[in-house]
Amino acid sequence: MRNLIFFISKYYVFFLFFALEIFSFVIIYRFNNYQKASFVNYTTGVTSSFYSTISNTKQYFNLRHVNDSLQLENARLHSQLITSYYENKFTPKLVNDTIYKQQYEYIPAIVVNNSVTKRNNYLTLNRGSDHGIVPEMGVISENGIVGIVMNVSEHYCTVLSLLNNNCKISAKIKKNGAFGSLVWDGSDPRFARLLDVNKHVPISGNDEIITSNFSTIFPEGIPIGKIYSHSLDAGDNFHTIKVELNTDFGTISSVYIIRNLIKDEQKNLENSIKK
Amino acid sequence: MILETLLYLLRFIVILFIQILLINNIELSSYVNPYIYISFILLLPVTVKPWQIVLISFFCGAVMDAFSSTPGLHIAATNFMGFIRIHYLKATTTKEDIEGRIAPTLSQKGIVWFVFYCFVMTLIHHTILFFLEIYGFQEFFSTITRIFFSSIVTVLLIVIGQLLFYHSKTRNG
Repeated sequence: MRNLIFFISKYYVFFLFFALEIFSFVIIYRFNNYQKASFVNYTTGVTSSFYSTISNTKQYFNLRHVNDSLQLENARLHSQLITSYYENKFTPKLVNDTIYKQQYEYIPAIVVNNSVTKRNNYLTLNRGSDHGIVPEMGVISENGIVGIVMNVSEHYCTVLSLLNNNCKISAKIKKNGAFGSLVWDGSDPRFARLLDVNKHVPISGNDEIITSNFSTIFPEGIPIGKIYSHSLDAGDNFHTIKVELNTDFGTISSVYIIRNLIKDEQKNLENSIKK
Repeated sequence: MILETLLYLLRFIVILFIQILLINNIELSSYVNPYIYISFILLLPVTVKPWQIVLISFFCGAVMDAFSSTPGLHIAATNFMGFIRIHYLKATTTKEDIEGRIAPTLSQKGIVWFVFYCFVMTLIHHTILFFLEIYGFQEFFSTITRIFFSSIVTVLLIVIGQLLFYHSKTRNG
């Protein structure tokens, strides 16, 4: 026993180091999955308010760009207004709208922190549990998808960017409906890869990539990007597709968080099968 | 002693601010992500006790983790680097260094020693950090490239910092 105590007291630095290292690996292992990433929840509130102060200053330099993109979006929305359409056909008015039940709600948010050059990138937005944000909500910009909400504090949330190793988004090719999963390979923030598209599917350049209807996070048909290049290696069952992303992650500043109003229903139903 | 501790605390905050406000926002390339906050641990005096080094590097990593919303990555990397630092310095410092209570800085130990010391430490730190970040050995070579270029830039920035801020100490020491 005395020898043991002597041994420990002699190498106590090593044991201290070892214990802390094990502790960090446990954290990494436990919270690497973004659904379980509650560890960072504790710190999100503090660090985000710090980031938002910086962001407030930085936004002034971006105002011109924000104005431009808002103007563009306004123009696009104006052109979609009912008043911009020539009514071609008589439509009967419905009194009680039971055919269309609203499924998705959009909450505007401002990006207060962002990165694009790390291997795993995250964003911080100025909306939190006070505004009804919960983890696993989708985030889109006016051009395309951005990521998935990961941690939520009272006034802020952190978002797993599409530019992240842990982010996999179900996508499909608009023209023929072939689906695959979209991942980022860590080299260029303008491009991502679309995996698992079978080789019998015909593919041509510039095909549009949109979100598929498989996920409960994003509505179907949100634009993601265009096919930039594609190839099929001999003996490979899947296409190698490089996708040019619509969203410019480097300049992103205003985004929308998507709330799926009937997501729980779908999830519960799907979980009941697994049991 | 208390004054010295406070000075080091101030330096820690300044380095952290530089890392978070400046370095993290410089988007050179996805292969260059320097982390200069480790220079705080590298430049602690040789008289700091080993267990203090381990705890300080743990704390340092925890703060960085909070600010980059990563779970434990910086803790693992920084803690390991701190532990290696203890043994590296044990092997390379002389008795006079310890009696003189010096910090392992550029002006005290010379440029060759300092650059090599920084490079070894940075390489260890970045290797652990970037491999844990990708969480596996897929994309092996691009990760190696990332580690290499980021390490070079980190060392360069630390050396530049040394030349800018610690030059006057040569006269005193």
